[in-house]
Amino acid sequence: MHPILKLVAQRLALGFLLLIAASVLIFAGTSILPGDVAQQILGQSATPEALENLRRELGLNEPALSRYFSWLGGILQGDLGTALTNGRDIAESLGTRLANTLFLAFWAALISVPLAIFLGLLAVRYKDRWPDKLISGVTLTTISIPEFMIGYVLIYWISIKFGWFSSVAIINDSMTLGQKLNAIAIPVMVLTLVVLAHMMRMTRAAILNVMQSAYIETAELKGMPMLRIIRKHAFPNAIAPIVNVVMINLAYLVVGVVVVEVVFAYPGMGQYLVDHVAKRDIPVVQACGLIFAAVYIGLNLVADIVSILANPRLRHPK
Amino acid sequence: MNDQLKHLSERVTKGLMTRREFVGRAAALGVTAAVANSMLATAAKAAGPVRGGTIKLGASGGESTNTQDPALTASEVPLYNLRHWGETLVDVGADGNLEMRMAESVEGSSDAKQWVFKIRKGIPFSNGKDMTPEDVMLTMQRHSNEDSQSGALGIMRGIESMKVDGDNFIVDLSTGNADLPYLMADYHLMIQPGGGMDDPAAGIGTGPYTIEFDEPGVRHGFKRRDDYWDADNRGFAEFSEQLVLNDATARTAALQSGQVHMINRVDPKVASLLDRAPSLSVKSTAGRGHYVFIMHVDTAPFDSNELRLALKYAINRQEMVDKILRGYGSIGNDFPINAGYPLFDNTIEQRDYDAAKAAEHYKKSGHDGSPIILRTADGAFPGAVDAAALFQQSAQAAGIPLEIKREPNDGYWSEVWNVQPFCASYWGGRPVQDQMYSTAYLSTADWNDTRFKVPAFDDMLLQARAEIDEVKRKEIYSKMAVMLRDEGGLILPMFNDFVGAIAQNVGGWVDDPNGPLMNNKAPIKCWLTDA
Repeated sequence: MHPILKLVAQRLALGFLLLIAASVLIFAGTSILPGDVAQQILGQSATPEALENLRRELGLNEPALSRYFSWLGGILQGDLGTALTNGRDIAESLGTRLANTLFLAFWAALISVPLAIFLGLLAVRYKDRWPDKLISGVTLTTISIPEFMIGYVLIYWISIKFGWFSSVAIINDSMTLGQKLNAIAIPVMVLTLVVLAHMMRMTRAAILNVMQSAYIETAELKGMPMLRIIRKHAFPNAIAPIVNVVMINLAYLVVGVVVVEVVFAYPGMGQYLVDHVAKRDIPVVQACGLIFAAVYIGLNLVADIVSILANPRLRHPK
Repeated sequence: MNDQLKHLSERVTKGLMTRREFVGRAAALGVTAAVANSMLATAAKAAGPVRGGTIKLGASGGESTNTQDPALTASEVPLYNLRHWGETLVDVGADGNLEMRMAESVEGSSDAKQWVFKIRKGIPFSNGKDMTPEDVMLTMQRHSNEDSQSGALGIMRGIESMKVDGDNFIVDLSTGNADLPYLMADYHLMIQPGGGMDDPAAGIGTGPYTIEFDEPGVRHGFKRRDDYWDADNRGFAEFSEQLVLNDATARTAALQSGQVHMINRVDPKVASLLDRAPSLSVKSTAGRGHYVFIMHVDTAPFDSNELRLALKYAINRQEMVDKILRGYGSIGNDFPINAGYPLFDNTIEQRDYDAAKAAEHYKKSGHDGSPIILRTADGAFPGAVDAAALFQQSAQAAGIPLEIKREPNDGYWSEVWNVQPFCASYWGGRPVQDQMYSTAYLSTADWNDTRFKVPAFDDMLLQARAEIDEVKRKEIYSKMAVMLRDEGGLILPMFNDFVGAIAQNVGGWVDDPNGPLMNNKAPIKCWLTDA
């Protein structure tokens, strides 16, 4: 078997075990939180009888272990079950939310990743001169400001003062692509500003590291223009660490943007998960947890494969 | 009203002039801003409702876990939903009087034990069927039977039996209750076809709207019904949309940038700043909700009434209203009733901050001087942590050591409230005094969160409940209030206003003390003046 295929198979199997482990952790974690779903649904005004009736109907009186295994049994057959809180089909609600999350992450990535790499290259080209300092200064500033703060500032100027884009990023299926992009314009800007610095700095560092090699000096002595040296000789050799950082940031764009979702009322997975954790709705929390874990595992796998493909020594092992 | 002003106010309602311009011009004519604003309201009403358009509400209090089942409604956004598609037997009006909805009239027996609701005829549900007295009875049964999961179960408890007789729905009680019709206005008790037994979350009712889309925690959309029975008074906009905006800044930004027409829960900290914006106005309505610190009277050291009195004198109520509510509220008097309730006795002496008296009672209590632990959390009520700090300071001045223990928001209502002996909390208020006292101060009440169990108090409550003579009832309620104030475990520093905001083009606003945004009815009772 080809070593890369073998690696992928190994990692997928390992990933599956990791997912099971994650589901046990999530289940245990949600179970030890104070209060249960019946109490959270009925809130302050519930009577003990109503609580007991709801618990009975939701099957909360069953032991935790049997609830976990009946959930696991369902999931292995592809059935995510229904939400305890409102009885909706989890797969259906989650599908919409996941699609929204990926939509936002996709556009944020489409803008931020090329921009970060380009800015990184530019910073190397003008190392220690004003463009380098300006790029580092600005991106480090935006990553240091909490994202909700950036969100509020952009809302104030772009949405309230100038009225260019909407401050509410609620999207739905009946909107055209143009309307959707208009709605998510400000969140995409915020996310771009938040993830830019990390990727940019890594690109810059990785390329600078390579730039000290002898073959770069040779290229320089041949009289090659600086940008071309970076593009043809330095960048391909720096690709592994850059891809790693890009993947971490992509994962963040999928699983870590709950604050941005709240500020812009974006109907993504983050808010969905938080609502259900607050209500102790274990099946939904489990399903979200699995998806988030799968995203991390998957993107890490991609990062590893790309680093192998980018490195001839790993690509053709003796 | 002088002609020039009248002319100007008409221009505003037609959208030819902004509210701010109007107030400015009126000021030039020597009229104060408050008077000018009320003139505007009159002009808007005189102009009459405008039909059509899409009215949009940006609301907090919605989660992706929400359902349309009225029995399980606990937060604010689902409540707005219910008001769109459903209606109750009766409503409590903005003036505190009963308003007939599905019932045409209601009559009680002289001992207030039997209540007869005459049900309106020919009112269609949104599924096309006519609403019948049987539907009413089944609805009430669903909220009161053995399997009920309803939040209204508590208020249904006094009902012994229910029956249908012709057009009448008859309720028999085990003990008389003069306020029973008010209990039927509870928002859980939306009349559903077949009582909603088969499909409680279907959203089918007799309200002015039907559900167009329903995305919990994101948005809810409603379309006006052509066959609505009370179209003269409700359901003016063609479409009504609710966006769930739980973040306070997102909410105000959406209103300021014109993406929604009204928002709930404006943070008192920004309310006066927001009101300066010309395109909108902040609406503050005195309500019955209150922020409290509760002591378990059966747990040491709070079992000493002297210590309880010491703490009651050691809190600075006016300071709390000024600093926590920023003036959007009024001071409390250690019993849960204010002028918003019918039969309120305004002659009861107001308790003020008095460090000397507090110190005296503290000394008499013989407390050993160890710090008294007060538990609080941001989620207890907005500003609860700051309020506890103010309390600590004012108590310190009286020589009473309070130690603040900050608890996480998550799980506060299950682990701290009604469990720990001294903590911060809030109550939403009820339409009538009886219901407020029965919910939290009767010995047998589930949510007796101060553990106040005094037979004499219970007797008075039951006596008042069955008393038809209002003068006598008022007297009894007054005695109860004084008893609770002087012996209870409740420290009630402030009643909070409902603070919302509406855009300038929203007409039909009426202050309603029963709940936020016109008792959650603003979207169905207001209209867009430029629709």
